[in-house]
Amino acid sequence: MQIMIKTFAQTRELSQVPVLALSMPQGSTIAEVKTHLRSLNEKWSLALEGSILTARNHQLCDEKETLQENDEIAFFPPVTGG
Amino acid sequence: MFAEIQEANFNQDSLYHRLLANANNVSKGNSGAIVTFTGLVRDSNASGTIEGIELEHYPGMTEDALKKLVEQAIARFSLNSAGAVHRVGKLYNQDPIVWVGCSAPHRQAAFDGAVFLMDMLKHSVPLWKKEFCGDKSDWVEAKASDDKAALQWMKEQV
Repeated sequence: MQIMIKTFAQTRELSQVPVLALSMPQGSTIAEVKTHLRSLNEKWSLALEGSILTARNHQLCDEKETLQENDEIAFFPPVTGG
Repeated sequence: MFAEIQEANFNQDSLYHRLLANANNVSKGNSGAIVTFTGLVRDSNASGTIEGIELEHYPGMTEDALKKLVEQAIARFSLNSAGAVHRVGKLYNQDPIVWVGCSAPHRQAAFDGAVFLMDMLKHSVPLWKKEFCGDKSDWVEAKASDDKAALQWMKEQV
């Protein structure tokens, strides 16, 4: 199953990966994607540390959600607009 | 209604008249109140002075989230219309960052709608500020007081 990972703000700077095409087993959850990314290197571990928010196809979601083919998953810190 | 993310500055007078025209279309002249708010870049933070901020967004999601928020404000406070514009990119001290406007038959709904839009925008629209001064820059951390204000609106809705 192919998915697209995007990162923003501090999460993007720490991971040094703004966009990543990733292949994951069918039925993977967002928590499993995070575990996989953390295993890649220390930069991803640091980037995904703490209270990182996750969006799936532009909607905030929690880590238990099961992914579908071609999902776009974004990781970013709490927002600070306004 | 309108909800826009843009790099360019905005003209508050044009936005006011756009909101008024939208509201009159909906209400046939029943708009008795318009409340607008403009947020500016502050020249300092807790550590001292800054030169400005750089705002990052998530193209696609940020626009969708802002539009959804404006629609929620219209439904929740029975507004005739509402609008929100948020800037992204590099901004300097005292530059306008954000504008929200709400039109309603009576003032309280227009005031409440504008406060709701700003409180919720700071909590749920993907935008991130990085303050800079010279060659130094730091990401702004989310404030507990902003979360508290948004959570209060969510609690009141239940």
